[in-house]
Amino acid sequence: MNTILKKTQLSDDVVQLRVAAPLIAEERKPGQFVIVQVDSDFGERIPLTIADADAREGSITLIFQVVGKTTMRMAALKEGDVIENILGPLGRPTHIEKLGTVVCVGGGIGVAPLHPIAQGFKQAGNKVIIILGARNQKLLILEKEMRAIADELIICTDDGSYGRKALVTEPLKELCQQAPKPDFVVAIGPPIMMKFCAETTRPFAVPTFVSLNTIMVDGTGMCGGCRVTVGDETKFVCVDGPEFDGHKVDFDNMMKRLRAYKTLEDQARHTCKLQQEIARKESEMKP
Amino acid sequence: MSHPTPAQLDAAAVDCLKKLDLAALKVKERLAIPPQEMPSQDPEVRRRNIQEVALGYTAAQAQAEALRCLQCKNKPCVAGCPVAIDIPAFIQAIAEGDYQKSIDIIKKDSLLPAVCGRVCPQEEQCQLPCTVGKALKDVNKSVSIGRLERFVADWEREQGKVKLPAIKPETGKKVAIIGCGPAGITVAADVRREGHAVTIFEAFHKSGGVMVYGIPEFRLPKVIVKEELATLEKMGVTIQTNFVVGRTRKLLDLLAKDGFDAVFVGVGAGLPKFMNIPGENLVGVFSANEYLTRANLMRAYDFERADTPIFRSQKVAVLGGGNVAMDAARMAVRLGAQEVHLVYRRSRVEMPARIEEVAHAEEEGVLFHLLENAKRILGNEQGLVTGMECVRYELGEPDSSGRRRPVELKGSEFIMDVDTVICAIGNESNPLIRQTTPGLDHNKWGNIIANDQQLTSLPHVYAGGDIVLGAATVILAMGQGRTAAAAINKALAAQPAVT
Ligand SMILES: Cc1cc2nc3c(=O)[nH]c(=O)nc-3n(C[C@H](O)[C@H](O)[C@H](O)COP(=O)(O)OP(=O)(O)OC[C@H]3O[C@@H](n4cnc5c(N)ncnc54)[C@H](O)[C@@H]3O)c2cc1C
Ligand SMILES: Cc1cc2nc3c(=O)[nH]c(=O)nc-3n(C[C@H](O)[C@H](O)[C@H](O)COP(=O)(O)OP(=O)(O)OC[C@H]3O[C@@H](n4cnc5c(N)ncnc54)[C@H](O)[C@@H]3O)c2cc1C
Ligand code: SF4
Ligand code: SF4
Ligand code: FES
Repeated sequence: MNTILKKTQLSDDVVQLRVAAPLIAEERKPGQFVIVQVDSDFGERIPLTIADADAREGSITLIFQVVGKTTMRMAALKEGDVIENILGPLGRPTHIEKLGTVVCVGGGIGVAPLHPIAQGFKQAGNKVIIILGARNQKLLILEKEMRAIADELIICTDDGSYGRKALVTEPLKELCQQAPKPDFVVAIGPPIMMKFCAETTRPFAVPTFVSLNTIMVDGTGMCGGCRVTVGDETKFVCVDGPEFDGHKVDFDNMMKRLRAYKTLEDQARHTCKLQQEIARKESEMKP
Repeated sequence: MSHPTPAQLDAAAVDCLKKLDLAALKVKERLAIPPQEMPSQDPEVRRRNIQEVALGYTAAQAQAEALRCLQCKNKPCVAGCPVAIDIPAFIQAIAEGDYQKSIDIIKKDSLLPAVCGRVCPQEEQCQLPCTVGKALKDVNKSVSIGRLERFVADWEREQGKVKLPAIKPETGKKVAIIGCGPAGITVAADVRREGHAVTIFEAFHKSGGVMVYGIPEFRLPKVIVKEELATLEKMGVTIQTNFVVGRTRKLLDLLAKDGFDAVFVGVGAGLPKFMNIPGENLVGVFSANEYLTRANLMRAYDFERADTPIFRSQKVAVLGGGNVAMDAARMAVRLGAQEVHLVYRRSRVEMPARIEEVAHAEEEGVLFHLLENAKRILGNEQGLVTGMECVRYELGEPDSSGRRRPVELKGSEFIMDVDTVICAIGNESNPLIRQTTPGLDHNKWGNIIANDQQLTSLPHVYAGGDIVLGAATVILAMGQGRTAAAAINKALAAQPAVT
C-alpha cells in the first residue's frame, strides 16, 4: 500500500504524486484530506488535500508545495517508493448542491484542493466561474484541468506575466457588483488571500466558504492543535472543518497560530537544504 | 535528605532479610519489616532525561516486601482490584522465589501486568483495603502490590520467557476491534484465544493508545507496550494502523460489507477540553494531549532527529491536577523549561493524580499552586502568550461529588509570568464514531452506553474502556475488555459454525 505510482513536477516547487491507497480512494469525497507521514519513527504528520482520486485504480492524487522539511522529504521520493503512513479520508466533505452561480477562487497551491470542489459543483448543475491566482505564470498549476470544468475562467498573476495583472479579489469584486451576483463563493489559498476574499464578499452578503490549512498533528480531533476561532466558538479544523464560513473565521488569530513553530521550522528547512546541497555535490563529484 | 541509590536500598533489604527467621515469621515480625522504597533515578539527573524514573525492586527488596503480606484469609486487597487478581497467592510465590508461578497467577486475570504494576492508582484500588496498611494506619504503608506485580512481569520479560497463550482451532469467525488501547488489546487477546480471527483498526500510525501517545516514556517505557503488541501479533491478531473507523470505513460497513461477526469499540476519550477563557487560542496554549503527543508519539524530545517541532518554553503553567497534568508538567521540565507551575483549583487531597506522580513531580521541581485557577491568558501582538491572570480560591461546602467546592476569592487576581499554558483539565469522548453510526446510543457526555455485558444498543456491537467510562484508568479499560470478550465469545459460540 501507499506506493507512489506516478510523480509529476507541476512547477518549480509544486509536486504531484499519484499514490496507491484503495480504501481512501473508495471513500473520499471532495473537500477531504489525508495525513501523511514519510517515516514512522521521526517523521512529522502533515495534512494534504486529496486533489483527485480514482476508485477503480485505487489511487489518490496529492499536490503539494515544497515549503519545509516534510514536503522536501516527500519531493525527494521517486516512483515505486512507499509513503509509510497515509491516514484518511479526513474532515467533513464539502456540502455540494445546486445553488446557481458558484465562484471558485484558488490561490497558489490552493488550486489543488479547489479542483475536486469545482468539479463537484459543476456536476451538481451549477454555473461555475473559476478565478485562479499565482505570483507569476510559472507558479500557476492545473490551468488545463480547471479550464475543462469552468464556464468562465479568469487568471490573475501578481506580476502580470500571464492573464490579468491583479489580485484575485479584483475580479471577485467585479462579479459581486454584477447583477445577478454570485450565489456562493469558495476561496482556497494562502490565509491572507482567503481573508481578503471574505472581506470582498462581505458587503455583498454573498455566502463565502474557505478551507483552512492550520497546523495539525493527529487529524482526528484528539489534540486541538488545529483549533481556530469561528464566530465566538473554538472549532477543530480536522473534524469540524476544514471548510468554514469565511465571514466568521478569525483569520488574524489563525495566521499567528500558523507561525507558532516558524523559527524551529526555518532551522529545519535550512539544515535540510544544506543536506540536499551536500548530497548533490557528492553525486556530482562521483565519476 | 540525599537520594538513596538502588544499591543502598538493596543492601538494606539484604540486611533485613538476614535478621528474619523465614520459616516461622509472626504477624508482628512481618509488620515490622520496613516498607520497601522504590529505587529511582536521582531527581537532579532525571529532570534532564526521558528514561524511566522508577527502576524496579531488586530481588531482595521484592522478597522483603512480599514477606510483609499477611496472607489474609478474606483477601480484602482482591476486592480492591478491578480484575480481581489473586494477590496473596502471587505475593506468596514471590516470597518463595518462584517467579514463574507468580506471573502465571497474575496472567490468569491481567493481560498487562508490566503496565498496570506501573500505572494503576494502587492507593485507591488494591492497596487501599490492605490489612497491613490498616494495621499501620497509613495507606502508604500497605503492601506494595503494584511494585511486586511489576517486579515479576519485568522478570518474565527480561528472561525472554513470555509464553504465547494457547489458541484454539480456527472457527472462521471474524471480530473487528476499533482502537488499539488497553481495552482493545485485551479483547483481541481473549477473543483470539477462542480461535476467532481478529483485526484491530487503529487511527494512529502506532498502536497502544494512551500508553504510547499520552503516558510518557519516563513513566512507561515504550518497549514494554511494544512487546505486548508483538505477542498479540504472534498470536495471529492483525493490527491495521492508519485506519480511522467512521472515515476510512464506517462501523456498520464492517458488519454489513466486510463480513465481521462482531465489533468492539475501544476508541478512548480523546477529545481535549479547554477552559473557555479569553486568550485560549493564543500561540503557546496547548492541550496536554497535543503537548504529550508531540513529545511522546512524535518523539519531539529528540530535538536532533524528530521532524515534529515542540515549543521551547521557559516558563510553563499547567492547568489541572490529574495524572495528565503531572505528565505534562514533568515533560515540560524534561524539555528544558526553567519554571513549571502546576495550577489546581482545589487542594492537595482532592488531586486525582497518583500519589507517586505528585511526589515525583515535586522532587523534580514542579511548583504547585493549589486553590488557584486561570481566568484569562494574556498575549502580545504576535499572538504569543505573555502571562496568565489567576485568581485564588477557598474551599466551601461539599458538592454533589462530596468534595468541598472551591469558591473564588473576590479581588484576589494576580498575574503569573509564563510563556506557555498547557490545559490538562480532562478529555471528552471523540464524536466521530457516534456521528457516523446511526442507532448507537450515547449519554449526554457523548459516552457510548453499554450494558453489563458491554453490548451497545446495536446488535453485535460492543464497547468498553474510556469511551464508555469517560476518562478512567488502564485497568478499568482492561476489565471492561475482558467482560466484552467473554460476551463476544459466548455469542459467537452460539452461532452456527462457519464452514
Ligand atoms: C486540511 C489541510 C489541507 C492541506 N492541503 C494541502 C495541499 O493539498 N497541498 C499543500 O501543498 N499544502 C496543503 N496543506 C498545507 C500543508 O499541510 C503544509 O504545507 C505542510 O504541513 C508543510 O510541512 P513542511 O514540514 O514541509 O513545512 P514546515 O517546515 O512544517 O512549514 C513551512 C511553512 O508552512 C507552514 N505550515 C507548517 N505546518 C503547516 C500545516 N500543517 N498546515 C499549513 N501550513 C503549515 C508554516 O507556517 C511554515 O511557514 C494543507 C493543510 C491543511 C490543514
Ligand atoms: C497523559 C495520560 C496519563 C494517564 N495516566 C494514567 C495512569 O497513570 N494510570 C491509569 O490507570 N490510567 C492513566 N491514564 C488513563 C488511561 O490511559 C486510559 O484510561 C486508558 O488508556 C483507556 O484505554 P482505552 O483502551 O479505553 O482507550 P485509549 O488508550 O485511549 O485507546 C484508544 C485508541 O483508539 C484509537 N482510536 C480513536 N478513535 C478511533 C477510530 N475512529 N478508529 C480507529 N481508532 C481510533 C486511538 O488512536 C487510541 O489509540 C492516563 C491518560 C492520559 C491521557
Ligand atoms: S490485604 Fe494486604 S496483607 Fe492481606 S493478603 Fe492482601 S496484600 Fe496481603
Ligand atoms: S492490576 Fe492494578 S489494581 Fe489490580 S492488583 Fe495489579 S496494581 Fe493492583
Ligand atoms: S489535528 Fe489534532 S485535533 Fe485537529
